[in-house]
Amino acid sequence: MSNQITGAEALVKSLIAEGVDTIFGYPGGAIIPVYDVLYDYQKELRHILVRHEQGATHAAEGYSRVSGRPGVVMVTSGPAATNVITGLSDAQMDSTPMVVITGQVASASLGSDAFQETDVIGITQPLTKWSYQIRSAQDIQWAVSRAFYIATTGRPGPVVLDFAKNAQLEKVEWNDYKKCNYIRSYIPYPEVEERDIDAAAALINAAERPLIFAGHGIELAQAEPELKALAEKAEIPVACTLLGKSTIPTAHPLNVGMLGMHGNVAANIATTRADVVIAVGMRFDDRVTGDTSAFVKQAKVIHVDIDSSEFDKIIKTDVAIHGDAKTVLQKLLTKVNSKKHTEWLASFEPDARIEQEKVINKDIFATEGPIGMGEVAYKVSKATGDKAVLVTDVGQNQMFSSRYFGFTEPRSIITSGGLGTMGFGLPAAIGAKFGAPERTVCFFTGDGGLQMTVEELGVILEHNLDVKIILLNNNFLGMVRQWQELFQHSRYSQTPMINPDFKKLAEAYGIAAEDVETREQLDGAIERMVAHKGAYLLNVNIDPLCMVYPMVPAGARVDNILLSREEKYEPQR
Amino acid sequence: MEDKKLYTVAVFTENRVGILNQISIIYTRRKLNIETLSVSPSSIEGVHKFTITAYSDQPTIDKLVKQIEKRIDVLKAFYYTDDEIVYQEIALYKVPTPKLLVEPNMEAIIRKHNARILEITPEYTVLEKSGHYEETQSLFEELKRFDIRQFVRSGRVAVTKCTQEYVTEFLEKRNQRKEELEEEWKHQ
Ligand SMILES: Cc1cc2nc3c(=O)[nH]c(=O)nc-3n(C[C@H](O)[C@H](O)[C@H](O)COP(=O)(O)OP(=O)(O)OC[C@H]3O[C@@H](n4cnc5c(N)ncnc54)[C@H](O)[C@@H]3O)c2cc1C
Ligand SMILES: Cc1ncc(C[n+]2csc(CCOP(=O)(O)OP(=O)(O)O)c2C)c(N)n1
Repeated sequence: MSNQITGAEALVKSLIAEGVDTIFGYPGGAIIPVYDVLYDYQKELRHILVRHEQGATHAAEGYSRVSGRPGVVMVTSGPAATNVITGLSDAQMDSTPMVVITGQVASASLGSDAFQETDVIGITQPLTKWSYQIRSAQDIQWAVSRAFYIATTGRPGPVVLDFAKNAQLEKVEWNDYKKCNYIRSYIPYPEVEERDIDAAAALINAAERPLIFAGHGIELAQAEPELKALAEKAEIPVACTLLGKSTIPTAHPLNVGMLGMHGNVAANIATTRADVVIAVGMRFDDRVTGDTSAFVKQAKVIHVDIDSSEFDKIIKTDVAIHGDAKTVLQKLLTKVNSKKHTEWLASFEPDARIEQEKVINKDIFATEGPIGMGEVAYKVSKATGDKAVLVTDVGQNQMFSSRYFGFTEPRSIITSGGLGTMGFGLPAAIGAKFGAPERTVCFFTGDGGLQMTVEELGVILEHNLDVKIILLNNNFLGMVRQWQELFQHSRYSQTPMINPDFKKLAEAYGIAAEDVETREQLDGAIERMVAHKGAYLLNVNIDPLCMVYPMVPAGARVDNILLSREEKYEPQR
Repeated sequence: MEDKKLYTVAVFTENRVGILNQISIIYTRRKLNIETLSVSPSSIEGVHKFTITAYSDQPTIDKLVKQIEKRIDVLKAFYYTDDEIVYQEIALYKVPTPKLLVEPNMEAIIRKHNARILEITPEYTVLEKSGHYEETQSLFEELKRFDIRQFVRSGRVAVTKCTQEYVTEFLEKRNQRKEELEEEWKHQ
C-alpha cells in the first residue's frame, strides 16, 4: 500500500523516529511547510519558540550538555540561517552534538539570489562536523539519519541540514525509518590498540608523580566512573579543564582543581613537576597550556582522545591512545597497578595553601568592602547543596562561578569554553532546564553578556521556567577591564557600562527579582531565590574593580602566576 | 624550524558535492598556498582522488592531513615527499607557427624535450610535454623566444612507490564491517 506524505512531514516523522522530543526554533517563509506539520505533532514534538535564532542554538547546546542527547534547532533561511552561525561555531568548538535544520529556497531558485537565499552550506562547512542540502524529498530519511549519527557519535559536533522548500512540499513514500549506523568514510569509534594500552600502563605503573588531566571528553564518553576508579586505584591526582570540572566531584580528595589561566595554583604547578601526564578527552587549549613550548616538558605525555587529529596538534605525546575515553579507561584499569603516591599528593599542599590564603579566603570570606563575585558563587553553590547545574556566561562571572561552585554530579557545568561566546548563558540555561527539569539551574552572568541575549527572558516568561539568574553586576565589561587594568595602563576604553534597571526588566517578564546592594543582604536574598518556585533574578552589585586571580597571563608559562595586584607566586621549595 | 618542502597530498573521497571546498578551506586556515591541484575519479568506482601539492613543513602537513581525513566524506588522506611517489605533470604550449618555421633546429628541440606536436595550423602550433615541473619549465624557457601565446600546466598526478594499497584495504575492511552490521541487524 502506498503511503505518500510530504517532505515536511517526512522530516518531522524522522525527527520523532530519532527520539527527538524538543526543538528550539523560529518559523519563517522557507520552513513554513514544516511548521504546518508541527502543528499536528504537538503531542510528540515540543517546539520551543525562542526570541532570536542565536538563542535557539545555545538553548540546544544547554539541552545537550545537561542531558547528553543532541540538541535540535529549526529555523528559516537567509537571516535566520546566518543567526545560527555563532551557535554552530560554539558547538563545534566545544564538541556539542546538535542538529540544525535551516529552511532554504526551492532548488530551482538556488544560486539566483532569491529572496532570503544564503549559501548555508558554504558558510557552515568550515564550522560544522557535516552539512548537507536536502534538495529532494527522497533524500530526507537518508540525510536525517546520517545527521544524527554524525552529530552524536565519535567526537560529537553540530550538523546542518539545509532543507530546500520544494523538498518540503514534494510527496515521498514513507517507509519504516532506519537509523544510520554505518558510513563507509567515517569511523567514530576506532578499535583501541592493545599495545598503546600496554605502553601507557607501563608508564603509569613506573610513574612517581603521575597526573591526570580530565577534560570534556570524559563527560562526552560518560566515563566519570572509570576516571574515578583509575584515579583511586593508582592514587593519581586529577586536574580538570574548565569543561571537565564536573567529571569528578569537587570535594574528592584526588581532585586538585582546575588547570589553566584562572585555574588552581597547585594544579598548574603540578604540571611542571609531574613525571607522567595522562590527558583524557582534553585538547590542550591555550587557556590551559599557556606557553606551549614549556608546558609539561619534563613529563611523559599519554593522550587519550577519540579524534586522532588532536594528537601532537599542540603538545607532543609519548603515547597516543586513539579511542573512546570510557573504553580506554576500562582497559587501562585492568593493567594499571594499585599504588600509593603519598609524597606526591602531599606536595600539592603548600601551593593549595598559598592559593587558599592569598586568593580564596579574600574572594569568598571577605567581611568588608564591596561584594565580590566569588562569595556570591560560593554561597549559591552551598545553598543548593553543590547539586545544581551551573550555567555561565563569559567573562569574570564565568571564571568566578566555575571556580567557586562545587560539583557533586556529572554534567553540571555548562559554559562556552572554546569560543567564549558572550550571550551564551541565558539561552543555554533555558535549554538546560528543558533538558533536566528536575535539576536546579543556576545561571551566572555579567551585565554585558546578559544583554546580548536578554530577549530570551521571553521564553522563561512563556514557559514559567525555573531558572535562577544571578547577575554579577559590576557595571563594566569586567574581563576586558581586567586586561585593560593589567596590560593597558587602566585605559578603560569602551568597557564601562550604562545599564538599565535589571530588576524592572525582569519584572516586565514576570520574573521575581531582587537587588542586592550590600553583603548583609546577600544570604537572605540567596535563600529567597532558592526557596522561590520559579525564575528569579538576583541583581548583585559587585565591586566594579574586581579581578579574577590567580591569573597566568596569556602565553606565559603556567608557573608565572599573578595572585593579586601586588603579588606573584613564588615556588614553594 | 624545518625548511619548507613540496608535499604531495592524496585525498580519497566519496563522490559528493562540496568536498573540494571542505578540503581547500583547511589549506586556507593554515595559510598554505596550493601549488597544484588535480581531481579525478580514481581506479575504484565511486571514489574520487584529489592530488594537491603545497610547500610546507612536516609537522604542519601532518596536522593538515589529519584534519582533512576528519571530514566525514573523506575516506583516506596521505602525504608524500617527492621520493615516495612517481609523479607527472602535463603542459601545453601554443606558439605562432610562422615563428617556428624560421627556426632551423626545431627537430632538435622537440627531440631534446621529448615533446609532441598536437596540432599545426598556419597560425599556431600546439606542443605537448609531460614531465616534472623542471622539465616542462625548461621547454617553456626554450620556446619563449618563439613568442609563446598560451602556456598551461596541469596539476600533478601521482602514484605511490610503496607496494601496499591502503585505500583498497581500507575499503575492504569497511565493507566487511558493513556486512557484519547487516548480519547483526537481521538477528535483532
Ligand atoms: C574567559 C575564558 C577563560 C578560560 N580559562 C580557562 C582556564 O583557566 N582553564 C581551562 O581549563 N579552560 C579555560 N577556558 C576554556 C578553554 O578555552 C577551553 O574551552 C577548555 O580548556 C577546553 O576543555 P577541554 O579540552 O576539556 O574540552 P573540549 O574543548 O570540549 O575538548 C574535548 C576533547 O575531548 C575529545 N573527546 C570528545 N569525545 C570523546 C570521547 N568519547 N572519548 C575521548 N575523547 C573525546 C575531543 O576530541 C576533544 O579533543 C576559558 C575560556 C574562557 C572563555
Ligand atoms: C560575543 C562576544 N563579544 C565580545 C567578547 C569579548 N569579551 C570577553 S569577556 C568580555 C566582558 C564581559 O563583560 P560582562 O558580560 O559584563 O561580564 P564580566 O566579565 O564583567 O563578568 C568581553 C567583551 C566575547 N567574549 N564575546
